[in-house]
Amino acid sequence: MKNKLFLFIIAALALLALPLFAQQFGQGWVRILALALLYVLLALGLNIVVGYAGLLDLGYVAFYAVGAYMYALLASPHLTENFEWIANAFPNGLHTPIWLVIPLAAGLAALAGVLLGTPVLKLRGDYLAIVTLGFGEIIRVFMNNLEYPLNITNGPRGLDRIDAMNLFGFDFGKTKYIGEFAIPSVTLYYYLFLALVIFSVLICYRLERSRIGRAWMAIREDEIAAKAMGINTRNMKLLAFGMGATFGGVSGSMFAAFQGFVSPESFSLQESVMIVAMIVLGGLGHIPGVILGAVLLAALPEVLRYVAGPLQEMTGGRLDAAILRQLLIALAMISIMLLRPRGLWPSPEHGKAAPRPVTKLMR
Amino acid sequence: METFFQQIINGLVLGSMYALVALGYTMVYGIINLINFAHGEVLMVGALTSWTVVTLLADSGLPGWAMMLISLPVAIVVCSALNFTIEKLAYKPLRSAPRLAPLITAMGMSLLLQTVAMIIWKPNPKPYPLLLPTDPIDLGGPVITVTQCLILGITVAMLSALMYLVNRTKLGRAMRATAENPRVATLMGVRPDMVISATFVIGATLAAVAGVMWAANYGTVQHSMGFLPGLKAFTAAVLGGIGNLAGAVVGGLLLGLVEAIGAGYLGDLTGGVLGSHYADIFAFVALILVLTLRPAGLLGERVADRA
Repeated sequence: MKNKLFLFIIAALALLALPLFAQQFGQGWVRILALALLYVLLALGLNIVVGYAGLLDLGYVAFYAVGAYMYALLASPHLTENFEWIANAFPNGLHTPIWLVIPLAAGLAALAGVLLGTPVLKLRGDYLAIVTLGFGEIIRVFMNNLEYPLNITNGPRGLDRIDAMNLFGFDFGKTKYIGEFAIPSVTLYYYLFLALVIFSVLICYRLERSRIGRAWMAIREDEIAAKAMGINTRNMKLLAFGMGATFGGVSGSMFAAFQGFVSPESFSLQESVMIVAMIVLGGLGHIPGVILGAVLLAALPEVLRYVAGPLQEMTGGRLDAAILRQLLIALAMISIMLLRPRGLWPSPEHGKAAPRPVTKLMR
Repeated sequence: METFFQQIINGLVLGSMYALVALGYTMVYGIINLINFAHGEVLMVGALTSWTVVTLLADSGLPGWAMMLISLPVAIVVCSALNFTIEKLAYKPLRSAPRLAPLITAMGMSLLLQTVAMIIWKPNPKPYPLLLPTDPIDLGGPVITVTQCLILGITVAMLSALMYLVNRTKLGRAMRATAENPRVATLMGVRPDMVISATFVIGATLAAVAGVMWAANYGTVQHSMGFLPGLKAFTAAVLGGIGNLAGAVVGGLLLGLVEAIGAGYLGDLTGGVLGSHYADIFAFVALILVLTLRPAGLLGERVADRA
């Protein structure tokens, strides 16, 4: 017990000190750390839908997009510049306080999640996958084209000049000084994301052990049996979609504030696939595994960008950083699954059903 | 009215290419319950292989149709070998693993194929030469190109051959038996591993043909060209009822028609508010509508309410 506490304190201190250490080598490194945390947040959200409730969602990035665009629209000059009546109503510009934006983003994303969930409740696993994938594509096409006749999303050019996060007058967009020591904006965001991740882990941890979490897992293992035991499978599935989407929406608004810029490019199908890969690679339904998967897939390829230079020279420019990164992600997805089909850090196997019968050989 | 018939022709041509690719998805799904996300990339490899062959033959003095005819079998062989290897390396070891594991390797394979193609063929789009006569044939209003005629003809021929193979031959019976129940099929002397390999080779053949025709029809080839057709073809397979061969064909043609007609009329219907760049979402809107009403797809059998 004492050992565990000791380990916990060490880990906490390491997480707190990490960006301060990394920023000595340039803000790019802290940026990677912060983005990795953002992916952890996304992965935790998707884990609720796929890992707990067993609903394969390949359009998760749509909710991320909803959150990001919500924040971007309400906290950038875009709407006041394009709509006169909004400009008249808000002469100082539309700088909506985050206490309004983030709940709105979360709420809208949750609504989108439930809206997507309702028509597809009847569908089986793989049908669900393609429908959610289609939903993600629909959202992306709209983001790309909703600039005519009313310019809402500014099309492929995206929205910029988005306000930085501002909490109780504490501006995350400006460098803070403690005496002589400077803490740049990226590092401040890192701490914000870290706090959010810790909060989310607590929520997920409690969910997993709650009545709701158990109902989800029952549905995942055997839907008919779950129904027979009196679980309202419809409501539970919708709740899973809604909760997962809420996580996506909040992460999205964080992303918008952090980047100061959003465009449809950040919300491609590739991104959805990447998040699914993170949770499956790490260990589906197991919080530490999911975090490991997210950090691994988000941070490692970015780090490899820095070693790509010599490789590029060796291959005469054919293998540049972006290609190398993609190659490594692809190889990681294939080889990790082949070596550890249940993920790198799967949940321990207690209370699970008996091994599969032989007849399921092909399934 | 003329536009309408023109869009019907365009839709049928597009739809028959979707149908060929969709058959690959549906056969694999029917037998091993795997969404083979790398299937669209097989189409891409077929198109790029054909491009390489045609480019190599450019100075040979052969007529255009002959070059294409030579490149077609090369593309088929390359794609078949590729798909065979992919199945052996990435899917076979995972047959008894949790369901999501092969799905992730399939997604990884798709990404890997795109990346490797980018390294081999460079990322820039390349023009596919015009090998067939380009003057349109007048059908009394709507027109059709030689390439489009060829696409329709080849599709009908390939579909007939496939139907014969699946319904009349020993291999076809083994495929159907394996899809039904692999264990019982084994008792009847069917070797599931052999059947699965054959399925992947047949799927690759159809995709390779579709890829060459896609290149000939649109005139450009690129490492990322397989993604959207693959996605649409998969949508078509689900639309028709995945696992059902006729369903894949119906779904493919339907999707092609919906897209062509939608793209042709959406601008007029909405007074220019929604332009043809929304064409890509028709596939998915149609999919969601159909599946809401018929959760097992148009021709799919009704599945009992289970997860």
